[in-house]
Amino acid sequence: MSAQNQHSPHVILRVVSKILIPLIALFALYVHFHGDYGPGGGFQAGVIFASAIILYALIFGLDEAKRAVPPSWVRICMSLGVLVYGGTGVATWMLGGQFLNFTVFAPESTHASGQHWGIFAVELGVLFAVTGAMVAIFYAFGSRVPELRDEDW
Amino acid sequence: MMEGFTPILLLDMGLLAMLVVVAFAVVRLRSLFAIVMLQGVYSLLSAAWFVSLDAVDVAFTEAAVGAGISTVLMLGAMLLTEREAKPVPFQKQLGPLFIVTIVALAMFYAVGDMPAFGDALSPANSYVGADYIAATKNDIILPNVVTAVLASYRSFDTFGEVVVVYMAGLGILLLLGLNGNAGKWRAKPNGQNITGRKNAAEQREDKP
Repeated sequence: MSAQNQHSPHVILRVVSKILIPLIALFALYVHFHGDYGPGGGFQAGVIFASAIILYALIFGLDEAKRAVPPSWVRICMSLGVLVYGGTGVATWMLGGQFLNFTVFAPESTHASGQHWGIFAVELGVLFAVTGAMVAIFYAFGSRVPELRDEDW
Repeated sequence: MMEGFTPILLLDMGLLAMLVVVAFAVVRLRSLFAIVMLQGVYSLLSAAWFVSLDAVDVAFTEAAVGAGISTVLMLGAMLLTEREAKPVPFQKQLGPLFIVTIVALAMFYAVGDMPAFGDALSPANSYVGADYIAATKNDIILPNVVTAVLASYRSFDTFGEVVVVYMAGLGILLLLGLNGNAGKWRAKPNGQNITGRKNAAEQREDKP
């Protein structure tokens, strides 16, 4: 595989994407954690993070991507997302509030920090669920294609 | 008449004209690869148009999902079929043309009842919408009202949406599995075995 990498006609693509993929992942985290202040949020961040993984798979091959992000993680990731979201609701129940009413996290706060923590937890759930589901769909369909041939580019 | 002719209006008209051109190109082209790429261009153009309408969150989602993920998924689907679409005979196009014409006429008829763009009294801008914008300052204290509505006021709805995304992933996994088949099924489009790595290796061994 490595010998094939060096002589592949897509050297520039590989080099450029090697620099870009970490930046795309970082940008996804920025979109996620800055969602309270600017456009964006868990859903957009999840899609951007998934597209970083998909870009890696397109350039370096699906096998390499599956070594970097194993399929078992993907299943856990998407289930964890729904559990984090639902778990936040259950936590508000346990604290004596209504389902997904985040004020109970910090009822004394004057700057609504309970809401901020709740939104943070819930958006984290969205991020995990969307990233997992998008990568799962890509793995499922991508694995059925034998190889990206040069004429397909 | 001339005072309404702002650069923003020109930009909007340019973007919408490009959307129409791309849509016709998608319909007329036969190469599936070009069609998939043009669909990505269409999404990107609509994202630019959404930015010009001040719907930044929607534009963001359109660019990430429409131009990013769905282009890749359509490419993956395209690789499983032919590279060219078969031309459809003219007689078979008459029925769809009739339906499209009727629907278009109905939509143009409905345009008259739509509120003007940016109308402060439109249903979307009055009632709950206005309430959320007014209350976010005191309840949530977040600069981005969209996030406040999405994650706090309408948290239950968003929970439903997350479960929908999860179910989509789960459904695909139950049908195809993470390795492209549930382990039993074999398909050979264009005479190629596509049931995963192991079979590809087997094929290579068979060749000599």
